[in-house]
Amino acid sequence: MAGSGVVTVYGNGAITETSKQSPFSVKVGLAQMLRGGVIMDVVTPEQARVAEEAGACAVMALERVPADIRAQGGVARMSDPQLIKEIKQAVTIPVMAKARIGHFVEAQILEAIGIDYVDESEVLTPADDENHINKHNFRIPFVCGCRNLGEALRRIREGAAMIRTKGEAGTGNIIEAVRHVRSVMGDIRVLRNMDDDEVFTFAKKIQAPYDLVMQTKQLGRLPVVHFAAGGVATPADAALMMQLGCDGVFVGSGVFKSGDPARRARAIVQAVTHYSDPEVLADVSCGLGEAMVGINLNDEKVERYANRSE
Amino acid sequence: MAVGVLALQGSFNEHIAALRRLGVKGVEIRKPEQLQSVRALIIPGGESTTMAKLAEYHNLFPALREFVKMGKPVWGTCAGLIFLANKASGQKTGGQELIGGLNCTVHRNFFGSQIQSFEAELSVPEIVTKEGGSPTFRGVFIRAPGILEVGPEVQVLAEVPVPYRKPAKSDPADGNLEENAGSEKKVIVAVKQGNLLATAFHPELTADTRWHSYFLKMVDELSQEASSSTLEDDPTLPEPPKYELPIFQQ
Repeated sequence: MAGSGVVTVYGNGAITETSKQSPFSVKVGLAQMLRGGVIMDVVTPEQARVAEEAGACAVMALERVPADIRAQGGVARMSDPQLIKEIKQAVTIPVMAKARIGHFVEAQILEAIGIDYVDESEVLTPADDENHINKHNFRIPFVCGCRNLGEALRRIREGAAMIRTKGEAGTGNIIEAVRHVRSVMGDIRVLRNMDDDEVFTFAKKIQAPYDLVMQTKQLGRLPVVHFAAGGVATPADAALMMQLGCDGVFVGSGVFKSGDPARRARAIVQAVTHYSDPEVLADVSCGLGEAMVGINLNDEKVERYANRSE
Repeated sequence: MAVGVLALQGSFNEHIAALRRLGVKGVEIRKPEQLQSVRALIIPGGESTTMAKLAEYHNLFPALREFVKMGKPVWGTCAGLIFLANKASGQKTGGQELIGGLNCTVHRNFFGSQIQSFEAELSVPEIVTKEGGSPTFRGVFIRAPGILEVGPEVQVLAEVPVPYRKPAKSDPADGNLEENAGSEKKVIVAVKQGNLLATAFHPELTADTRWHSYFLKMVDELSQEASSSTLEDDPTLPEPPKYELPIFQQ
């Protein structure tokens, strides 16, 4: 069984599927179709079209990109559904939108307007500092952020069908994304080499459900699609995430806060496909104009979005 | 020679894993020259606009069209079906490039957005005749296309009833009257034309490898006729285990 990768749906009915119309496999299915692709943050229908034209495999519809949320401060909430609808009408690729952590009514609204994926995101101001949304109650699939393996598996147990590493959104600084991806991948490598008897204690240590930890050990990877996010600003950043073992990349402020968004978007898309081919990477990295302004994360005053949820 | 899998974006890893379960080596294809080393090609699911853009950036379309013209077996799933079709509707503003070759018209996102994605047990008589096994196949439809029309030379392999909700953005012309008339409307979701195979659903997301082995038999039949390429696959070293996503069984 371990070799063929065939597993039964999680929990053997321990967590019952609330709706038969959209089983977990279908939710994961769309994420699998996004593999090897780039998901871009857009704030207008025009930007959405630029992203689609560049070859983005999905767009994230927002009112403000994370860099602006950072600059302007205040409470960040779900975007106006009207804006999300307009963006959805402008493109044929899947459209995602963000809901606040724990704010299940925002998620219900997003489900009602028929978008393709909900991002329960720490970039927005959390609505609940203890509980996440029970994502099993929804027909729409969710993507959630994580900093380490335990956090990723907790989100999957809550029903997330896709995981992204948190990184530090809106900074244009890749260091946190690298830290989080390395943490997840490193823990999986440790887990793979672990004696089965030790997995119980390991599960306790990382505060994750035992069955998912065991499944991760057998598969040698997260049991759902795993993207990187938070701080990707250049084609090289995107390829770095892919070489570290991610399935794809979210680019937030990196595209539309740069000098030449269309060109940069296209370059990042190509970099993700040809991530292991330095010649292509060199080629697409040439003459992209100015990258987004970065933020140095050694500065104590910079708020850490990644620490907003456990 | 191995079977190529177009690896621009999408579920190419899943296809390679399915081929591996059948003991056949799948090769990732990203550049035109790589097509010369394979005897058949699978175009995976994914975002067809993204794949079309990437193919355009690296000038893959002429090579792919040539590949289809030479009569080499090609199988498209979901986005791959759109690629192979002669005509596609429901495209993005400005349209997108297609490979063509398969005489049919497809409609993108026929069933609507992700919330309308579904699984269905399909009746697949042709596959059962050739491959045996259960009389139905679990088809996973993810924002799937539908085949609206086929030419006379195209063999229909599977159909699925149109859900009552109707495709989200179809022409308003064929409205509710027809639906209420009772006779269940069906849409074509799998076809074969010569050496071209196309499915709107994703056999690579299920544990059932019958579609893959059906395609490999098409490949074998052809190479026997040509009689030149006799060599079977997997003489190469066993690859290091590649970590793949789980396949969910109901």
